[in-house]
Amino acid sequence: MPTMNIIQAVNDALDLAMAADKDVVILGEDVGKFGGVFRATVGLQEKYGEDRVIDTPLAEAGIIGTAIGMALYGLRPVAEIQFSDFIFPAYDQIVNELAKFRYRSGGEYPCPMVIRTPFGGGIRGGHYHSQSPEATFAHHAGLVCVTPSNPYDAKGLLLAALASPDPVMVFEPKRIYRGPAHGTNWSAHPKGEVPAGHYTVPIGKADIARPLRGKGIPVSLISYGAMVETCREAAAKLEAEGIDVELIDLRTLVPYDLPAIVESVSRTGRAVVANEAPKTCGFAAEVVALIMEHCFDWLQAPPLRVTGYDTPFPYTLEAAYLPDSGRVAAAVRQVARYK
Amino acid sequence: MTRSNAAPTARAPDAGGAATSVSHPPPVAIAPMQVLRADGTIVDPEFIASVPPADIARLYAAMVAQRVYDDRMIKMQRQGRLGFYLACTGEEACAYGPAYALRNDDWMYPAYREPGVALWRGFPLQTWVDNLVGNCDDPVKGRQMPVHWSARAQNVVSISSPVGTQIPQCAGTAYAMRQRGDDAVAICFFGEGTSSEGDFHVGLNFAGVAKAPAIFFCRNNGYAISTPYEKTTAAPHIALRAHGYGIRGQVVDGNDLFAVIKAVGEAAAYARAGHGPTLIEAKTYRLAAHSTSDDPKAYRSREEEAEALIQDPLPRLRRWLEAQGLWDEAREQQTQTEASEAILAALALAEAKPHPPLSTLFDDVFAARTPLLEAQALELAAHLASGESAYRAAGGH
Repeated sequence: MPTMNIIQAVNDALDLAMAADKDVVILGEDVGKFGGVFRATVGLQEKYGEDRVIDTPLAEAGIIGTAIGMALYGLRPVAEIQFSDFIFPAYDQIVNELAKFRYRSGGEYPCPMVIRTPFGGGIRGGHYHSQSPEATFAHHAGLVCVTPSNPYDAKGLLLAALASPDPVMVFEPKRIYRGPAHGTNWSAHPKGEVPAGHYTVPIGKADIARPLRGKGIPVSLISYGAMVETCREAAAKLEAEGIDVELIDLRTLVPYDLPAIVESVSRTGRAVVANEAPKTCGFAAEVVALIMEHCFDWLQAPPLRVTGYDTPFPYTLEAAYLPDSGRVAAAVRQVARYK
Repeated sequence: MTRSNAAPTARAPDAGGAATSVSHPPPVAIAPMQVLRADGTIVDPEFIASVPPADIARLYAAMVAQRVYDDRMIKMQRQGRLGFYLACTGEEACAYGPAYALRNDDWMYPAYREPGVALWRGFPLQTWVDNLVGNCDDPVKGRQMPVHWSARAQNVVSISSPVGTQIPQCAGTAYAMRQRGDDAVAICFFGEGTSSEGDFHVGLNFAGVAKAPAIFFCRNNGYAISTPYEKTTAAPHIALRAHGYGIRGQVVDGNDLFAVIKAVGEAAAYARAGHGPTLIEAKTYRLAAHSTSDDPKAYRSREEEAEALIQDPLPRLRRWLEAQGLWDEAREQQTQTEASEAILAALALAEAKPHPPLSTLFDDVFAARTPLLEAQALELAAHLASGESAYRAAGGH
């Protein structure tokens, strides 16, 4: 089986989709001749032409607005927003148009399309190349939101998104696109095994990224995106301390996999939820609320969140801001030893 | 409100020439295209001769009916029977003209003053009224305020309230038409106030770069709710902006049905020939209030309104039709009476229909209900059964 990093897996998925369906078009800033600033679309314009891999003017509202018009007519656009920090000029098009088209037209005008956008910090990008706005979009009814954490899921979720009858936002964990960024202390993210042909990872299904080992105090650790790697590192650290972590990778935020969350937490009685975005109204808050609503009778300890701080994303102090495996481990310990 | 004092900068391509030749940069014509002036002067007899007079009589009848509908709907809102309404009084030519000039496979993105574009294509009057009332036969299932309809069978796209969002969408649809090998065009409608929105800029710029077969139809009716043209832009014409995007621009007398048909027809021919988009600015006047939520007395003078009435698109067309022997007072009365009876019958029927079923609240968010939406539908059912529901208390069923 081939091994790929996330960028290669995304590129492979797009290549397969474009070869299979001539209605699939890619549009975004620098996606064509240059192949995208992260190289996710490299080689595709050469292969499929300028009309299907479109270098757009520099305007996010235009990218999403035109993609909507294309999707309504029957094309299957994959719009790339270069960094999720730059998505906000398109916020109106996404929230008031894309998310509502099927509903507001009584089902007459569904708008299936895909928005890919890299999110999260760890690449020394400061305020405007590091944010995690996924909860902002998960909040608005009508948008499917997925967050792959590894090459296999990146390809499988993107192919599932391309087959979905709904608009899908793919938040891609740019910190682990190719492995660890220079100057940060993140654990190496190796290439993963990725099947060569077409396959999908089902939207709406979480994954047990690390099952319980059966020794020690069980704790459910729930995360998504690049934080899954951080959580995995924390779990390895805690194993030696007699704490047994079940790591749940949500993979899809909307529609989330409630049965997977409830099944795990009702079994362990303890939960920590980790996301990189600021704490207030982050997606972890939603997951903790779900745990309180659905797992209260089983809980042995109050669930905790590990998140970014409620500040703008910093540049020099990035490594202090980002939740690291030490902070995750500390929260898991607190929950495991709660009396 | 008409600004025709500036000299034209370029020749407007005629209908034949538009399809075969294009100058670089594309021409921006700011002398308003006119065919039939308000005083009855015929500027372009050749164009008039190219349109079957019977079609003009049908269009005029539809515009008269539209005015009757608008008048009736304003009254309904005042009686508390409609939540909201927006009339197109004075601007009828800007809906019926483009609808006539285009083919049924051309897509249209209306703003909210163009019910005519769908009605002309056969959108049933009853369905339009069902939407205004928001009943079980409303195609958008009572989910939007009145005037926000959708007409898929007529290739007219669902309407939203944020203005200008349809402009880049229109560019994208036009792009998709060419990409799929269809020779259709896409048109969007918006007011001059909307030309201040960012989506106006990105939409025209994208379409220009892509040479997309799009028509951007700006109804310059003088006011963005209460804000006059002078506070929208320092430029004398919206159409001038076409030059900045490297696309064709055309000012047209928006109260001259013939001229609107001609301008849109030329833009469509130009787009189908692969030359790209046109920005049309139709100079017109909003004889109506913005909506049932404002009173123009607060922001414009009676004198100005009286002056604008001279330009009203209906009387000039009627005089022309009468001169052709195609119209008279009896036909006028009959058309108004029939329209009035039709709209009252449609309203009576619409008001007697029940609300959309409660289950529709949770449908169409996604293609299929998610587990969360299924759970919330059950929660609502339980609440409605509890006897403490405000919806039930208000008579909802």
